[in-house]
Amino acid sequence: MKQKIFIKLFLSTFQLSACTFGGGFVIIPLMQKKFVDELHWIEEQEMMDLTAIAQSSPGAIAVNASILVGYHVAGMAGALITVLGTVLPPLIIISVISFFYAAFRDNAIVNMAMTGMLAGVAAVICDVVMKMGKSIFQKKRVLPIAVLSASFIAVRFMKINIILIILICAVIGAADTLYLGRKGGKTL
Amino acid sequence: MIYLELFWSFFQIGLFSIGGGYAAMPLIQSQVVDIHPWLTMSQFADIMTIAEMTPGPIAVNSATFVGIQVAGIPGAVIATSGCILPSCVVVMTLASIYYRFRELKMVQGVLAGIRPAVVAMIASAGITLVTMAFYGERVLPADLSEINVISVIIFAVGFFVLRKWKVNPIYVMLGAGAVGILHGIV
Repeated sequence: MKQKIFIKLFLSTFQLSACTFGGGFVIIPLMQKKFVDELHWIEEQEMMDLTAIAQSSPGAIAVNASILVGYHVAGMAGALITVLGTVLPPLIIISVISFFYAAFRDNAIVNMAMTGMLAGVAAVICDVVMKMGKSIFQKKRVLPIAVLSASFIAVRFMKINIILIILICAVIGAADTLYLGRKGGKTL
Repeated sequence: MIYLELFWSFFQIGLFSIGGGYAAMPLIQSQVVDIHPWLTMSQFADIMTIAEMTPGPIAVNSATFVGIQVAGIPGAVIATSGCILPSCVVVMTLASIYYRFRELKMVQGVLAGIRPAVVAMIASAGITLVTMAFYGERVLPADLSEINVISVIIFAVGFFVLRKWKVNPIYVMLGAGAVGILHGIV
């Protein structure tokens, strides 16, 4: 019985990971469909909370979410299995590509496609930045906008180590939460 | 010890890329292009393009790619493990706190504090990629008129389509690749 659950967990995450292009949030609705609607292993509210944890933790959201689902369904062993299921498809695909990378890159057609696609990636990233930036400016609070501007200057022009910037901003976020909490104001 | 270096670099990438997907990009650039001489900027642009075209998280894709380039298949496995180990530890810890207290306010507060910085970093890495796409170099050349016009057009159309109709990025990538090939042949 337990073995059956492990196999199901592995196959489900493997499939989801193999079909999730672009990474990130795309996998959350897919997981919801699979584990909440189809298999009934997780309740809907719980899935939303798990999503919040996956987003609040470092690393890829897809990996984090699969750890949580595996852990929830079958403990530590379950988490190991779902991580494996999530990581294997990209590991295999990228390995195959990188073995042919040299030939791949020297191929004229591929080169043309890659040049075009680089402009496409640039557009996708600008779109992501616009979307994320908008949600920060919409809050109409001075602090996040000041942090955004200062971080940009620090990373772009002063070449300050980004890990240091993240740590400083984490402290600012914690202090802000305490301050807002004391004021009894609403959360961010 | 190349394996140890790989592991440590991707451990840091995994630990500090907070905020999903593209948040890992500036960290990867800093670790594998600036700090270690593992990839050139143009290889980095390639792997970002490949990562966007293939399934899976950007960080895992890059870990595999860089690992193989630097130390073969074992390198790929080690880099990928390094990249997901922080997730495993932090996610499990947070999950157990969550199941005990059902309270994540502080975590969310810290996250809200980091998010603007993440946007700034992605923006900065994005500007570098736009420069790569338009000029083939990571810094602007002296002569700004040597711009790749086709890339500018692909970028502009792609950006417009994404903003206006919120299409799936994979279609923008496919379209961009097709236009690149067409232009090369014609």
